[in-house]
Formats: sequence, structure tokens, C-alpha cells
Amino acid sequence: MPYGPHTPADRERMLTALGLESVDDLFADIPADLRATALDLPPPEPELELSARLRDMAGRNRTDLVSFLGAGVYRHWTPPAVDQLLLRGEWYTAYTPYQPEVSQGTLQSIYEYESLVGELVDMDVVSASHYDGATATAEAALMTCRATRRDRVLVSRGVHPHYRQTLRTYMGRGLELDEIPLVAEGDAAGTIDLAALERMLAETDRPVAGVIAANPDFLGLLEPMPRIAELTHAAGALFVAVVEPVSLAVLAPPGSYGADIAAGEGQPLGIAPQYGGPYLGILASTDALVRQIPGRLVGLTTDLDGKRAFVMTLRAREQDIRRDKAASNICTNQALLALAASIYLATIGPHGLRDVAATGAVRAAELEGALADIGVERVHPGPFLNEFAVRVPDARTIHRRLIERGFLAGLVLADAEPDDPTLADGLLLAATELTTPGDIARFVAAMHEVLSGRPPVGVETGAGAEEAAGAVGVSR
Amino acid sequence: MSVTGEKLQPTLFERGRPGRGGGKIPHPPKDALDRLPADARRETPPALPEMNEPDVVRHYVNLSQLNHAVDTGFYPLGSCTMKFNPKLNEWAARLPGFAELHPMAPDEVAQGTLQLLWELEAALAEISGMRAVSLQPAAGAQGEFTGILMIRAYHQARGESERTEVLVPDSSHGTNPATASMAGFTTITIPSADDGGVDVDAFEAALGPRTAAVMITNPSTLGLFERRIGDLLGRVHEAGALAYMDGANLNAILGRFKPGQAGFDVMHFNVHKTFSTPHGGGGPGAGPVGVGERLLPYLPTPRVLRLDDGTFRLERPDERTTSIGRLRSFAGNTGVLVRAYAYIRAHGAAGLCEVSEDAVLAANYLKSRLAGTFDLPYDRPCKHEFVASAASLKARTGVRTLDVAKRLIDYGFHPPTIYFPLIVDEGMLIEPTETESVETLDAFADALVEIAAEAERDPDMVKTAPHTAPVKRLDEATAARQPNLRWRPMAGAEMPCPD
Amino acid sequence: MSAPTDLRYTRDHEWVRVDGDQATIGITQYAADQLGDIVFVELPDNGRDLEQSKPFGVVESVKAVSDLYAPLTGSVTETNGALTASPELVNSDPYGDGWMIKISVKDSAETDDLLDGAAYDDLVAAG
Repeated sequence: MPYGPHTPADRERMLTALGLESVDDLFADIPADLRATALDLPPPEPELELSARLRDMAGRNRTDLVSFLGAGVYRHWTPPAVDQLLLRGEWYTAYTPYQPEVSQGTLQSIYEYESLVGELVDMDVVSASHYDGATATAEAALMTCRATRRDRVLVSRGVHPHYRQTLRTYMGRGLELDEIPLVAEGDAAGTIDLAALERMLAETDRPVAGVIAANPDFLGLLEPMPRIAELTHAAGALFVAVVEPVSLAVLAPPGSYGADIAAGEGQPLGIAPQYGGPYLGILASTDALVRQIPGRLVGLTTDLDGKRAFVMTLRAREQDIRRDKAASNICTNQALLALAASIYLATIGPHGLRDVAATGAVRAAELEGALADIGVERVHPGPFLNEFAVRVPDARTIHRRLIERGFLAGLVLADAEPDDPTLADGLLLAATELTTPGDIARFVAAMHEVLSGRPPVGVETGAGAEEAAGAVGVSR
Repeated sequence: MSVTGEKLQPTLFERGRPGRGGGKIPHPPKDALDRLPADARRETPPALPEMNEPDVVRHYVNLSQLNHAVDTGFYPLGSCTMKFNPKLNEWAARLPGFAELHPMAPDEVAQGTLQLLWELEAALAEISGMRAVSLQPAAGAQGEFTGILMIRAYHQARGESERTEVLVPDSSHGTNPATASMAGFTTITIPSADDGGVDVDAFEAALGPRTAAVMITNPSTLGLFERRIGDLLGRVHEAGALAYMDGANLNAILGRFKPGQAGFDVMHFNVHKTFSTPHGGGGPGAGPVGVGERLLPYLPTPRVLRLDDGTFRLERPDERTTSIGRLRSFAGNTGVLVRAYAYIRAHGAAGLCEVSEDAVLAANYLKSRLAGTFDLPYDRPCKHEFVASAASLKARTGVRTLDVAKRLIDYGFHPPTIYFPLIVDEGMLIEPTETESVETLDAFADALVEIAAEAERDPDMVKTAPHTAPVKRLDEATAARQPNLRWRPMAGAEMPCPD
Repeated sequence: MSAPTDLRYTRDHEWVRVDGDQATIGITQYAADQLGDIVFVELPDNGRDLEQSKPFGVVESVKAVSDLYAPLTGSVTETNGALTASPELVNSDPYGDGWMIKISVKDSAETDDLLDGAAYDDLVAAG
């Protein structure tokens, strides 16, 4: 066994103390007919070999592609301080801080996380985190039902499809989930259909507990959040805003437009994509809803000697005490990721965060312009921050051809939203501060090449090609 | 002392100063956001602290030293399996090929990870004797929710919607009844018998046409193997219900008992317990679920599929309409799963069997060292953990389990789990795991014996422990009555700043 | 310490003071002691109808939570606002300032189902 300390002498000593011959005696209470068949697993791999094989496996993922893929997960530059601090064993091998005297590090870091995110979203209460943006949104929906004692939740089709699917799973039991359509054409295309929302809220025989909308929405567009809040409150329902934390450095935060609950994905705050997780579910609410909010909360208090100290609080809401009456069964929080996000925010700083968001916006505008120059137009006309959809004929094929040329051309929207004909042949493209003007130029050139079969004059094609002013392009 | 540091730290907000720090990202042009409507823009920047990197580093290094961790010392928390977190696994998860992969990248560029996930599913299926595994759930509790939702779908598909009850032993972890409620079921609590197992008569009486499922932890939360499990499972299936196993205690039975083979229909794994992925101060974890034949159609989507040519792909959303759907965004906590995979492959079958043998041996040895000092309510060999009680000590001296736990901190140990399971009075649940040396086990036992002696001769000293921790006996009542959950400059200024 | 003799009690440790067709309800000292430091009391709104033996609210301490069960059927006329800022009144003065709700009683004959002070003391002693 690679990490165990026991020598045969140690085992012998323990068995002798117990008056036993063999460790098998300690498993004698497993009925004979229920004993397991032998474990059929590959033989143990010493670290030397295992590490080589793992490196090989990792190498078979194409992370070398120049990426314009966002869709809820965004690449940002993370200062190395974040990971180096995270690798301290006192952080990552610590347990849940149930004994506050020996966990002040974790407890203070969670309190600080709650405070930092509280500033970003401009709301009173932030939970110690949920699993991811999707489950945070699902829990927010359940909160609205509990708080209003109503059964119906409306969610905009502008919310990430995975979040809507997760909502559906969580709301299965006797709760209704209805989707608010998006405007199909015109200036507001791709954003929430406010007239439809009003109609749905007016159905007095099916009162609404909560309305959920995202800003920016899944298609990258800005939504009329204050107006949605107004309509929602007029119907006696609660408003859940789904938000992206980096964007909150430059976009109006949920607290400013009347959201009762904010949910979102904290991954962009210094957490690597990792093919899906672990991520960071942001969940925040007004003070009025503090007892409805699931998950851990850390608060400030004093100890016996009057010293400032941090402790998990409002614990009676949680599963180990409330059991079947708990608001949620959640037991963990994403403590280590909340720590990563906090260190990221502390290191980047508020001005740095604004620069990150604003630079992404600048690059996205450059990308839009460069694509428009080669005849690739946006699907929607409305304002966007750093992500937007474009239309190309036979998007799936174009996407695949661009991978061959070293580019990840965002997301094929037909795969994510197969039921929306306005998104057929759409590609969802994102830019961040990591996107360089050179990346954009090469990408657009490659796009031109695959669309027309030949490169434009004056530009090199393909990822990795050196930029040579005035040189005629060479096709791959 | 149990933690290495003593220096309490001001908060980030108190350390920050206007104008400090930054400089990591070049400034974009001033008109960068002019194209956005003014009313969509943030009027005032978020009031985040401005700190330079050296201060950030000191802050987090000093704070870290206020934590007890597996890497600093023994952590005998019953029900948590605080085993060593291999450093190879941290390296593996950080390989750029794994770490930088976007979860919505097409299957063709994700073959390395898809293969790892597929192989991990197969390994967990083999370990548990289950037919198939989903790696999607983000935590054990979410795995439970997934399992119960699948059971609900199963009964609904058979038109048996009158099955609205879930049976749960009174010793169960709180997540079990909470999960049942979340899925819309009513929890029926079954008392435990004197030997720590499920009371069969009460079980039989509660089982019936309204039972959807039974949730059993095996070994139980008392660290005891359910000897009557074969009988219980038979009755469950006869009643038309399904059996869920809470796999939190899998560390006790690797290679010895396969729940799927024994007749469980579904179980979850806590990879942050059994498979060594780090606890991280409270998370992340992952809670894969394994299912037998009956529940196969209901697994969350998307599954990882292996094609005839040896490549892998994710199931498409419409490919399996019987699925209960998604539990979360994207594929799962893949970063955590990479660590679990590395752990399993480093051990192989022989290594995993040894893990359980050593875990069970260590627990029994430690238990034997405490006999005569603390009450041991269950007079039979335990598995990977055992419950002791300070009930007699309390009756003699007034010193309670809570006090013993706090005094252990002065001896340099993290306290065990206390007051769980709820059915043991003044209980302490102790789980040493397989990665602690005999010297550590002896030192811990010695400390407990000494504390018991202290309780006899100087109970007040024990009742006011810890004496050497950075903070002591926090005012939890005020923290709950007047919650201060967020730094606000005015409120904070009233509390003395540590430095 | 024995329970006040002018009150009536449920087996779930609520007390009730009946005054004609009005009643005041709270929890006993024993219940408050068992729970520990009370941190929050969740009470129904005025006008809400209660049914004898059914839950009407929740009392939370730092480490525990307990449902509150209605001793009598009736409708809520007043709740103790002081408990919002000072839930600890339930610990310090459970029969006085720590009262929880007042109701208008539907059927005063229901008091016959409740325990008197002596019977409640026996219940507590039995453990």
C-alpha cells in the first residue's frame, strides 16, 4: 500500500493486543454468503509509472487550441500566488470547521469570502458557497417557493441550459417550472420577452413564487434586470438574478436593481476549467431571506476572552440538526474554491478586476468587428459584454474545421439549444483579457479560409504561424 | 498545541489601503465600456480591499497556520475518514491537459479526460459490485439526492406513486432524511437494536406498500457491520421497495463486501473520504453513484460512452429519455475525480484491500486502548470507526464529551466527532484511518486516558479547556442571535482588531 | 423547580395560560433548558388558525431545533415581538416575558386534554 505506515511488526503488535491471529477475524461478522468476490482491478501502479501514464492521458486533451469558448466557464489569468497559497496543506487538507478553536484560518477565509462576494453582488447575506452555479440557482428557486409558499417558478430561456435542466431535476416534486421565451427578432432579440413574462405573472390561478433571469444571459446579451424585478415584485414574487462575478466589476449588481436572491458561477474568479469542476456556487440573498438560505454561513463573534473569532452560525438550519426539515441536504461547501476566489480577488484588486472585465469587453468588440469585416455577422443586435453569437453556414462543420486549424470556435449553439431555430448555425464566442489581438487576427483569417476555401490576401493562416506583415498567406 | 500559528489576523478589509496593489493587468482604454448602456453599468466600483501581493501572501500564510489539518496532525473524526491526501494527486489534477480543459469542448478534444472518467466509473463499479456508475454528483449529499430521485423515477414508471415513504435508521447521517424530504418523501425513522444494528421487528413493521426505499449505511454510523443485512435486503425487495446504501463508510469494507452483489440497488461514494481527495476545509468533494440493473435506465445524463473504435464520447441530451436528467452543470467535479482515479490506480486491488484491513485493525486497536477509561456501548469488534461515551465520566465528575474534546486540543489533537450518532449519550465517534502510525494511535489513546484522569482530579480545568488555542469557547449564541455575516466597516470597527 | 400551577401543559413541553376565551402560550423552563441558548423563534402571523397538537412554529437554539405544538385549537391574535431582538427571554423568563403567542380559543373544553402542573412535573421527572 503506497501511503500506509504499518510494517508487519506493527500489525502483529496490534493483533496481539487484541488477542487475534489474523485481521480476517475482524471481518468475521460479514455473512459468508455476502462476502465479496475478488476485486478485479488493474495492478497497483508505482508513482513513477502512474505519473507517466497520467501525463500521457492529460496530453491527449487538446488544450493547445486557441479558445473562444465561454458558455458559462471563462478563462482568466490567475496570479500564481493563488495556487501556491492553495497548496499549503493547512488549507487543503483541513476539514470542515466544526471545532472553531482549531479552524480559525478556514473560518476567517469563508467570512472574508462572504464579505467579498457581498460587495460584488451588493447583497446582505452570502452563503459559504454551493456546488456550482446550476445548483445555486436550483436552491434559489426552492427558496422562493419556501418563502412565498407558492409552487411555481418562471425561468428565462436566457439562463444557461444546464442550469435550466438542473432546475427541472430539483423541482420535480409537485413544483412547476415554466420557461419564459426570448424575443425572436428585433432589437431585443435573444433577451427575455417581457410581454410574455407579464402574461405569465398575471395568471392568478397559478401564482408565481420566483422569476429567474441571467445577466449577461447565456447568449452574452444584457437583460433589462430592473424591469424584470419590477414586474416580479408587482406580482408578489421574488426575483432571482443569475450573475457572472467578474462582470459585476463593471455591470450593475443584483442588489442595485432589486434582486431578492443572486446565484451564479464563481469559476471565473481564479478557478481553472478542469472539465466541469469543482467550481463555486455563489448564492446570496437579502437579510429577509437569511433563514431560508441553505448551506453554511460563517459569522463573526467573540471568544471567552473577548477576542474576535469566527464561527459557523445559524447551524440549526442545516441537515445534521434539522434532518428531514432542513432546507437542503447540503453538507459540504466548496471551501477551497471559495478560498481560491478570495485570494484571486485580494491579489487582483478592485481596479484589476475592472480591468479584466473591461479588457474582455474590448477584445470582444474587436473580435466582433474583425468577423463582421469578413461577412460573419452577429445573430442578435443588442449590447453584450464579452460574449456574443454569430451565424455561419453549417456551423458544426466549420467548428470542426477550425479545430483542425488549432482554434476552438466557441460553442455550436445547435448542440446546446437544439429547440431554438433562431440559433441554428450559431456559434457562441467569448473573449477575455487572455485573448490577444494576434489570436483574433489568426482566428478570423482561419475562419475566412474555411468559409471561402482560400485565405484572404495579406494574412497568414493557422495557429502558431508568425505574423509577417504583407506576406501572402500559405494554406494548410 | 494543535495548530502551529497563534497570530490572529485582521480581515482583508482592514489590511487594504486605497491605492495599494494591482498592476497585474494592463489598463484598457478609458472608453472600453462606452458602448454599453449607461444604466447597465456599475455606478460605484465594488469596495474590495486594495492590497499588495506581499500582504496578501502573509495574510493567507498566517491564517493557514491557525488551522489544524491532516498535514499537521491526527484527525480522528468519525464518519469523515481523514486519511492522507497523496501529493501525486495534486500534481495530476494540475496537469494543464486536465486543468485547462473546458467542459463544453467537443468530445474529440477531450479524449484523455473522457477515458479517465470511463475507467474510474468501471473501477468504482467493480469495487461496489454495481452495474454502472455516474460521476456527475458534486458531493455525497448530492449523490444521495440522485439515488433517491432514481428510485422515485423507478416507482413512477411502474405506476406505484403511492410509495411515499423512506425508512431511515435513527443512527443515520442527517443528510439521509434531508435528502428524502428534498425528493418529496416522508421519512420514517427506525430505531436501532441494542447490538447497534437495525431493529428488525420495527423495520418489518414499517416496511409496506407505501415504502419507496430504505437508506442504510453499512457499516453503520456506529462503525458496526449490519450482520442481518441479507435478511433486511430480502424483506425490502419483497415489499417492492428499493435499497439505498450510504457509502460513507466504504473505507471499512473494500474488497470484503460489495454492496451491489449483496443486493443494494444504489449507493453513493464519498471520494473525499474513501478515495483520499482532500477535504479542503469543507469541500469540494464528489459523490458518484453506482446502480444495479433496476435503476440503470434512470442514471443522470450525460453518461460517458466508449465506442467500438476505443474512443469516448458523452451521451447526447436526447439519447436516453428515461434519465432523471442533470443534477448540476457540466460533467462533474472532474478535478476531484482525477485525484480519486490516481488513488485507486496507485493502490490496485491489493492496496485497497490493505487499506480496509489496516483501517479496521487500527480502529479496533485504539478501541481496546480506551476500554476501562471510557464507556464502549457496543461490545463487539468494530470496523473502521467506533463510538465511545463519556456518560459515566460525566456522572462521576460532571465533565462532558464536549469538555474532553476541547481538552484534546491542548494535547495537540483534533477532537473526534462528538454527539453523533444522536443515539449515543455523550458520544465520541473515533476513526483513525489506515494512514496513522501505531505511535500516533498510542499517543492519542494516552492523551484520552490522561484527560479522563484529569477529569477526576481537576474537573474545572477540563471544563474550561482549551487553554492553549488561539481562541477559546466561542460565543455561538450571540453569533446566531445577532448574525454578523459580512464585513461592514462600522460594525467591524467596534470589534478589536488583532494587530 | 416545579412548573407553575396556574398553567396547563402539553406532553411536548408547551404551557398555556387560559383567560376566558383567550390563551397565552410558551414553552416550559425544562424545554428551554434542554434546548440551550435560544437564538430564534419562528412564530405564525396574526390571524393564522392553529389546530391542537399540530405544529405552529419553530424554536431554534445554537445546536438544536424543535417544532412548537399547539396546546389548543384557535386563532393567533398576538405574537411576542420582543423575541425577535431578544430570543434569550425564552431561557430567562419562559412563563413571563418569554411568552410566544396569544390566541383566541375555539373550544375551551380542550384544556381537559392537557396536564396540570403536578402531572407535568411527573412527566419531566420520568425523563
